[in-house]
Amino acid sequence: MLPELGQVTLIIALLLSVLLSVVPLYGSLTARDSLQAFARPLSAGQFVFIAIAFGILTNAFMVDDFSVAYVANQSNSLMPWYFKFSAVWGGHEGSLLLWILMLSGWTLAVATFSRRLPSVMVSQVLSVMGMVAVGFLLFILMTSNPFDRILPNVPADGADLNPLLQDFGLIVHPPMLYMGYVGFSVAFAFAIAALINGRLDAAWARWSRPWTTVAWGFLTLGIALGSWWAYYELGWGGWWFWDPVENASLLPWISGTALMHSLAVTEKRGVFKSWTVLLAILTFALSLLGAFLVRSGVITSVHSFASDPTRGAFLLLLLAITVIGSLTLYAFRAPVVHTRAKFGPLSREVFLLMNNVLLMAAMLLVLVGTIFPLISDYFELGNISIGEPFFNLTFSPIAVVVGILLGVGIFSRWKKTDEGYLLRKMVIPTVVSLIVAFVVVLTMGNAVSPEGTGFWNNFSLWAFFGVLSASWCAAATLQDVWNKSGSRHGRLHGLRRQSRSFYGMVLGHLGLAMVIAGATVVNNYGIERNVRMGPGDTATVGDYQFHFASVGEREGANFTALVSRFEISRDGELVSTLYPERRRYVVQRNVMTEAGIDAGFLRDIFVAVAEPVSSNAWAVRLQYKPLVRWTWLGALVMAIGGFLAIADRRYRIKDEATERRKATVTGNAGTDGRPAEAGA
Amino acid sequence: MNPARKRKLTIVLFLLAGVAVAVGLTTYAFRQNINLFYDPTQIAEGEAPVNVRIRAGGMVEEGSVKRDPDSLKVQFRVTDYSSSVTVRYEGILPDLFAEGQGVVATGQLNENREFVASEVLAKHDEQYMPPEVSEALERSAARAREEGREMPQY
Repeated sequence: MLPELGQVTLIIALLLSVLLSVVPLYGSLTARDSLQAFARPLSAGQFVFIAIAFGILTNAFMVDDFSVAYVANQSNSLMPWYFKFSAVWGGHEGSLLLWILMLSGWTLAVATFSRRLPSVMVSQVLSVMGMVAVGFLLFILMTSNPFDRILPNVPADGADLNPLLQDFGLIVHPPMLYMGYVGFSVAFAFAIAALINGRLDAAWARWSRPWTTVAWGFLTLGIALGSWWAYYELGWGGWWFWDPVENASLLPWISGTALMHSLAVTEKRGVFKSWTVLLAILTFALSLLGAFLVRSGVITSVHSFASDPTRGAFLLLLLAITVIGSLTLYAFRAPVVHTRAKFGPLSREVFLLMNNVLLMAAMLLVLVGTIFPLISDYFELGNISIGEPFFNLTFSPIAVVVGILLGVGIFSRWKKTDEGYLLRKMVIPTVVSLIVAFVVVLTMGNAVSPEGTGFWNNFSLWAFFGVLSASWCAAATLQDVWNKSGSRHGRLHGLRRQSRSFYGMVLGHLGLAMVIAGATVVNNYGIERNVRMGPGDTATVGDYQFHFASVGEREGANFTALVSRFEISRDGELVSTLYPERRRYVVQRNVMTEAGIDAGFLRDIFVAVAEPVSSNAWAVRLQYKPLVRWTWLGALVMAIGGFLAIADRRYRIKDEATERRKATVTGNAGTDGRPAEAGA
Repeated sequence: MNPARKRKLTIVLFLLAGVAVAVGLTTYAFRQNINLFYDPTQIAEGEAPVNVRIRAGGMVEEGSVKRDPDSLKVQFRVTDYSSSVTVRYEGILPDLFAEGQGVVATGQLNENREFVASEVLAKHDEQYMPPEVSEALERSAARAREEGREMPQY
């Protein structure tokens, strides 16, 4: 009975979202406050009914109701409760329901934290979000109902979740990622609302900024978690594969990063308005494209569940409507650019513009590399794939330039920057980063391949530029903090005086530096060896000796595992003991490699035991991965920076002050871009 | 030329140069890294180029997997049930690699028309078949029907 109720609540939610997308918008266009007043209650209602549906599906998993087809396909009574819980979004239907839950959550957050925004704006924003919800609710109800039953032949037990997904990573990775994807719908809704009522100004940018930043923070976390999960769970120790699905999440991330910076310019200087609106539309469109790529089954990956052409077609239709609709609106309503604001060639505006140009270039590269094979296949130009080298070759130089430019741009000022001033500021970062880059590249290079003859033989130019870019970016950021925190009342007072959004920016940039440093070092100086090993064998990787001590067996909840014992030593001293496993899942009869990892801040040691090659020997992958953690820690630092930035008081106090001034003139209510700290 | 116009011209020239370099590099990288897919029949008929990075895929023939006793070298045959090709590989095979399963490999054909793989991918779960492989099998089945041959069930 409950699952049917779940379906009914989804239908009710659909009705509410249809009302939400029409009534407040109509009210705002005809200036009827009574209709606009429906926006908030409808948002709340929509959220409540979707949450109930989600709760019902979760309950079906918890009580092992295998009469529900989705539960029977994704779960099994042997699974521990937390995997049953995360299995709710382990497949297509449930993950879509999670997506919709988050969308309605964001809508509710906007409704809650926008009390001081003009009612017209709120109504229109919530209406646009209602339209997005209509699209996705129709999608789930028409093509992907999670509450479909298998009746009357109810299976005795479920088919079990894909073992790859029975992991902590799956519990947290999709929700974070979806929070990001869906969060960009808020920036999109603000942009559309601004286009509708022609109010593209600094205030609009300020309202939309914290939402964009927080969505970006979640997306950053989601991507990092996915990368981390792939690293330890897929068993091969890579942290980024340029897999189309990874790219699908990277596209809105790059575009969202550009949007954050462009919004900053629009808020502070009132320029780049049209571009910012376009970016907001683009970012959300790329989120939808990501959903299409991942969910339609056009891409071969662990994420594309059993593919169904109608789903892909529906998502493509949603994407087309969104893009065509918003671009049409844009064509009619985008402000004719008559920017009176002047800025010089070295102004902060120009640096942020260059940031946007570079990010767009990077985005386009990834986009082309990702969808070209699909287009080629579709038009029967040949079934092709684009390899990792393409992305490494084209993306890395851009990342390096972004890092360098960032270090310069940080010192620039709005309107115009004195050249001499800029050059003076760059002395310390130049010296520091050159020293760091030379030291790191030479020592790492010689440590990794000591058999090389000359000192310079192991010098890698790519690694040099990568480390240079990272340390330059970090040094410039820290110098900027140092300069700004100078105070008559001492350094501590000066540090305390800086705003949260400033520290948010600092963390964002330091995080980026960490990611660039980690990626460069692990890709250039990581060592990987695939060897044939049996108990008693020893192999050497870099400075480390890997001794295969013994094998044993272990029973898990729903698998049996072959556990190997590896003793890792360096210079005769035991560093760590690892227990990589080879698990055989009982229900699905799948075999999974569970790597043994000794994680460290500066290096990881990685052992994975793969298939047996004889009765007493296995294919074993041994790896030394310097700084690999920095790629995820850097992302974490970036995300923390984002969350810190939106906690800035500025978004509250300044707005109240300006609005109070305005209110005395127009008698309007206050505006507030206060971000959704609790909307998270 | 007045200074403002001169400055604009410089910016435009810089932008053009930047775009040209970017497009050139991208196209180069692109051409180097496009890997076309060939099925075993196409390879047997000599359609696939030698010593060029390509992808190939099909089903792993039953009983064809041979391992080297001292290293991680392995060879197996990949078939679309019309023709088959020998694949040589050194390294770790994916967890779901098995005889009678679909695989897609990236690598090069050597002079002996053997496929030297640098990467072997299998499907991610039990129900899933790489789309290239299922298409190759369909093509093969269609040919078999035309020629009135029997196809094995898979």
